[in-house]
Amino acid sequence: MSRTFLGTPAFPEAARAALADPQLRRNLAHATGTIRGKRAAVVAELEETGEWEQLRLAGAAIKDQTLHHLDEHLVRLEESLVAAGAVVHWARDAEEACAVVASIAHRHGLDEVVKIKSMATAEIGLNEALAAEGIAAWETDLAELIVQLGDDLPSHILVPAIHRNRAEIREIFLREMAGAGRPAPDDLTDEPARLAEAARLHLREKFLRAGMAVSGANFAVAETGTLVVVESEGNGRMCLTLPEVLVSVVGIEKVVPTWADLDAFLQLLPRSSTGERMNPYTSTWTGVTPGDGPQEVHVVLLDNGRTRALADEVGRQALRCIRCSACLNVCPVYERTGGHAYGSVYPGPIGAILTPLMRGVGTDEQVDSLPYASSLCGACYEVCPVLIDIPSVLVDQRAQVVDARRGHVSHVGESAAMKGAAWAFGSASRLAGAERLAGLAGKFLGRRRVDPGGRGVVSRLLGPGGAWSEARDLPAPPRESFRAWWRRTNGADT
Amino acid sequence: MVTCVNDAMFPDVGKATLTLLRRLGVDVEFPTAQTCCAQPMVNTGYLDEAVPVVRTFVDAFEGYDHVVTPSGSCAGSCRHQHSIVARRSGDAGLQRAVAEVSPRVSELSEFLVDVLGVEDVGAHYPHRVTYHPTCHSLRMLGVGDRPTRLLRAVKGLDLVELPAAEQCCGFGGTFAVKNADTSVAMGSDKARHVRETGADVLVAGDSSCLMHVGGLLSRQRAGVRVVHLAEVLASTEASAREVAS
Repeated sequence: MSRTFLGTPAFPEAARAALADPQLRRNLAHATGTIRGKRAAVVAELEETGEWEQLRLAGAAIKDQTLHHLDEHLVRLEESLVAAGAVVHWARDAEEACAVVASIAHRHGLDEVVKIKSMATAEIGLNEALAAEGIAAWETDLAELIVQLGDDLPSHILVPAIHRNRAEIREIFLREMAGAGRPAPDDLTDEPARLAEAARLHLREKFLRAGMAVSGANFAVAETGTLVVVESEGNGRMCLTLPEVLVSVVGIEKVVPTWADLDAFLQLLPRSSTGERMNPYTSTWTGVTPGDGPQEVHVVLLDNGRTRALADEVGRQALRCIRCSACLNVCPVYERTGGHAYGSVYPGPIGAILTPLMRGVGTDEQVDSLPYASSLCGACYEVCPVLIDIPSVLVDQRAQVVDARRGHVSHVGESAAMKGAAWAFGSASRLAGAERLAGLAGKFLGRRRVDPGGRGVVSRLLGPGGAWSEARDLPAPPRESFRAWWRRTNGADT
Repeated sequence: MVTCVNDAMFPDVGKATLTLLRRLGVDVEFPTAQTCCAQPMVNTGYLDEAVPVVRTFVDAFEGYDHVVTPSGSCAGSCRHQHSIVARRSGDAGLQRAVAEVSPRVSELSEFLVDVLGVEDVGAHYPHRVTYHPTCHSLRMLGVGDRPTRLLRAVKGLDLVELPAAEQCCGFGGTFAVKNADTSVAMGSDKARHVRETGADVLVAGDSSCLMHVGGLLSRQRAGVRVVHLAEVLASTEASAREVAS
């Protein structure tokens, strides 16, 4: 994967391009609709008994308590890992983390590694960093393979190739597999079983010859030093057991204090993400087991903006996130724009808060546009397995953007409009004056057409109103506001 | 609380709310000092600008038993956001006033069903109607099926189910202009679902959402009217005869 999100325009502009792609709209509506339905069915089973709400509360409470004493739990995790024979590295940012992974590969004289699907390694741009060091990183998750072969960008946390349909995937396999290893068979069809078979054969060669694997982790248990990877395809299990060297890049918020804490999360995660009661493969490993599996185990504990997010009083709840993608699948904005418009490996509602929280607001137009990429409908909060109140964090992030940009030229127009509105809304008499003006305007506007209710309609507004009227009519302002009517009649004659 | 959108753009919704509540025996006043709930500022990130607006709100509504509003969104803003604005102001007096007034705000269907305990409000509305549950009513307030229980009790009304009803219409306040393309894409799908029902009238509990979907339906010459829940519930056989004559 050589492409990056660098240079993605601000959300409204990126969304405009995505919305114009009818194939993308169809693929996304179909895929998100399917996963939504599956999730709803398996969550309903536990909602009937009240268990689901208890699991959510437990998941949120474990994460909050852990984040509250994150330093202590991380030190405990390090001690347990070292006792189990693992080597622990601390990385402040993407550059440090990538350098650690590259130096391990170099030390073993390797020019390729196999990879388990991992958001942390995607976040730090590990594949590109390794490529720059002459090391090929092969993605082994089916969807990540599709993205990598297609020189594409991920558009979903769980299903990074969600924007592709089967016909497109067949094309990519036929065109690109030969350049990366075993070619796809000439008679490949777009049947899911045939596509999966082609991927399996292609990847098998890579698994068998790999000297090193790179993974992330869904959870890291402090008391035992155990890392956990939850997956569906079994490619992860291959990566975790075949190569001699295993390097795991783990965000510092992934730590949970005890083995028993996994109970809640291993129920919450599969039901929320793939809509399954239990996922097919759950792998756990604790350092090095002599004579079995990798004999050299490294863990890179990654900050890269997480402590910045932790310092945000409202936003820190985003660090509870277990990367299930339920919020993406129910988001009406994501369903229409897809993930690329968010300009990050973290798209959708959670991405719209995580990116600004981890990178900070006030310096980058693209990042600052993300908290506004939501209608605040609340569907994300409703499904979140760890109760992240995404709408409230979005609103708080918007306030931080406005505060950071006060007086900045990019916000002069909007700021003046808001100050004007605040002035008018600050007093009923000022508001009445503004309404009288609108009523006068209404006499001239809206004469040409009436709506089915018999009211005059305005089809073209000037200035900022043009963004409204490009596709939407507006009722002409009434001759008399409610307030003016009340004043005239004292509320009689309804 | 009539709301700024209804006051300035949809005065008939305010009048219908008044008619309905009076018919049900409620002693209703319109405190003329009211303006707006401050949601446009809060949701766009202008918290400082929201402070004087919230102050105006509590000044206008202090001392009433109930504050009833024909808007799920404005009720949600009062109940869930006013405390944030008050905290930002650093004014302990405002925080106390907000803690006193904001919990007394009810959306119309909540007030009718929970406080007055009525579902059949004696309305008559002989039309084929579909209902869009607006996001803030549904998810912020949790009004559940109160609005549809009220609608089902209306004489002559034929309620048809809206496909994908619980998905957002795409209005979202300033989202509608800051992200106009996405907003319109969402609204177009909503408008398509409305047309699929064959309903003559789309009903919802928020005028702003209706203004958005109605604006799209009007541009498409879809021949579907958008009507606020309060207007449906205020209609009677007598009022229909009056309009006809």
